Amino acid sequence: MLGWGVDRLRADMSRLLAILFHQGVLDEQFLQLQQLQDESSPNFVSEVVNIYFHESEKLLRNLRGLLLDREFSDYKKMGIHLNQFMGSSSSIGAKRVRNVCVAFRAASEQNNRAG
Amino acid sequence: MGSNSIVSNRWMSEKMNCLDLSPNSNSDNEEEEVHVLAVDDSLIDRKVIERLLKISSCKVTAVDSGWGALKLLGLLDDDEEDKSSSSSSSSSSSAGFEGLKVDLIITDYCMPGMTGYELLKKIKESSSFREIPVVIMSSENVMARIDRCLEEGAEEFIAKPVKLSDVKRLRDYYMATREIRSVQSSVNVNKRKLQESFDVSTSSSPSSISPSPSPSSASPPSLFSSSAPCSPSSLDSPTRRIKMTSFD
Repeated sequence: MLGWGVDRLRADMSRLLAILFHQGVLDEQFLQLQQLQDESSPNFVSEVVNIYFHESEKLLRNLRGLLLDREFSDYKKMGIHLNQFMGSSSSIGAKRVRNVCVAFRAASEQNNRAG
Repeated sequence: MGSNSIVSNRWMSEKMNCLDLSPNSNSDNEEEEVHVLAVDDSLIDRKVIERLLKISSCKVTAVDSGWGALKLLGLLDDDEEDKSSSSSSSSSSSAGFEGLKVDLIITDYCMPGMTGYELLKKIKESSSFREIPVVIMSSENVMARIDRCLEEGAEEFIAKPVKLSDVKRLRDYYMATREIRSVQSSVNVNKRKLQESFDVSTSSSPSSISPSPSPSSASPPSLFSSSAPCSPSSLDSPTRRIKMTSFD
């Protein structure tokens, strides 16, 4: 019975991943991550993804803090945060997040706060 | 059938042994293993590169800053450190025995404090460490940046995100050039020995024999592209050296 459950879960996960790939949320770098998971490191993907969420939360909090400041003008700092966010997103294959970062950074480089 | 399962189990366990890449089990092959020092301020990237290297049968030490790397190597002067280290800091000239022995250094370019480029420079300026190949990783493929790194003596410039194929290529290239490098260094050692024996035997200063200016190769004939920025590593396919991933 347990075995059947595992298979079901696996099938669901494959479907979910397929959707994410299709929607452009994930890209081939995520596949690379999956390749790095094996018997000697069986939870690699979830470990990395968890670290990513943890770090992203921090970065997003920082970004939000910067933007909420009425007298915000430190685009350079924002750029640094964005670069970090972009880097880690691309390293795990979070394509859509990375693309948003790219757009975000472009706006920030033009000091376009509304953007 | 019973007999089948025994055979398959043995095959599986053999396969597992081959796949077991933990450093503990490789004590026999420690000299065969490439020891890589990975430098990156991002925890995510550190985890990924660490795994990429381990899966490619390399020994990895990961550190989060250029200063950390220099400290590990034993390259820091007291006055250059931001924080004073309580451990006995070795003088930069005789640092070899106190530092970590690495075969290859791979570093991120964009790092706070000390960039990968600055780290590269410091390594190439050191007499004891300049022979170590340094590879730069970056998510920005700015031509000027790439050229600058190569001119400073970087072995390669890899575009992020780093893939398994990049690491495998690096390791293969390193293993292939390893033998050449060991021959090179033994030639240098012999040259030095020869020179010393000449100095001892001839009481007067050697006139007819012009000693080579420095034991370490001033112009390395090896495959390190330390001078010409445009010379591709001869063992590598030049087109893949700077990998441009297509961003949609």
